[in-house]
Amino acid sequence: MERTRRNFLRTITAIAGAMLFPLRLIAAPWNERAFDEVVYADSLKSVGAAGLIESDLIMLKIPEIAENGSIVPIQVSSEIADTERVFVFAEKNPQPLVASFTFHKGVDPFFATRIKMGESAPVHVVVLAGGKYYVASRNVTVTIGGCGE
Amino acid sequence: MADPMRIRIVRKGDVADIKMLIFHPMETGYRTNSVTGEIVPKHFIKTLQALHNGEKVLEVEWSRSVSRNPFLHFRVRGASAGDDIEIAWEDNFGETGGTEAKIK
Repeated sequence: MERTRRNFLRTITAIAGAMLFPLRLIAAPWNERAFDEVVYADSLKSVGAAGLIESDLIMLKIPEIAENGSIVPIQVSSEIADTERVFVFAEKNPQPLVASFTFHKGVDPFFATRIKMGESAPVHVVVLAGGKYYVASRNVTVTIGGCGE
Repeated sequence: MADPMRIRIVRKGDVADIKMLIFHPMETGYRTNSVTGEIVPKHFIKTLQALHNGEKVLEVEWSRSVSRNPFLHFRVRGASAGDDIEIAWEDNFGETGGTEAKIK
């Protein structure tokens, strides 16, 4: 009897927990290898990017001069049809891959965020669309580096 | 929910403009505590997901190079008043956070 009751309570608690925190059940992938790479070319390879095509259909807004490397605003919008993913690289950061965005149906291929830059470097935005990789780059001059932050 | 966050949604027609701020240290693991002289361990949000009416619309993978108290702005299409937006994140310590909001 006791055991049955305990099991019952345990089951009820688990169900209640799952109902309270449904978001925790979603497993999300994180590309550890790509984020750990220390050379830009290697991080590109690790996300699967090859044969980059330069594109002016990637709108990249980032300051030319960033006074504070710990907060560099970046805004990206892709006008390339069927944009699935966007990767952001700061070429000279200790690990160049900064972020990856996967866009599903029902969301614009657009985002804005703030990143850290250790030193002046090109920032590359790589777009995966229809199985091809496109790139847009800007040089960003950093006055005070922000990688310790 | 481990940490608080702020979210603001502005809908124009069927486009919902979503801006959020998450309160998180986003430690790189390269910083030294000025008092103890010890390295502050890396502590950063690795993944973030956004759901629109329970449907996954955006998946984000972040590194230590995203600024402290991360800001994120994105846009959802096909939005109507009363729709649900859910945000869920997880960091490298396995801590999770998020929020639920309604589109007005």
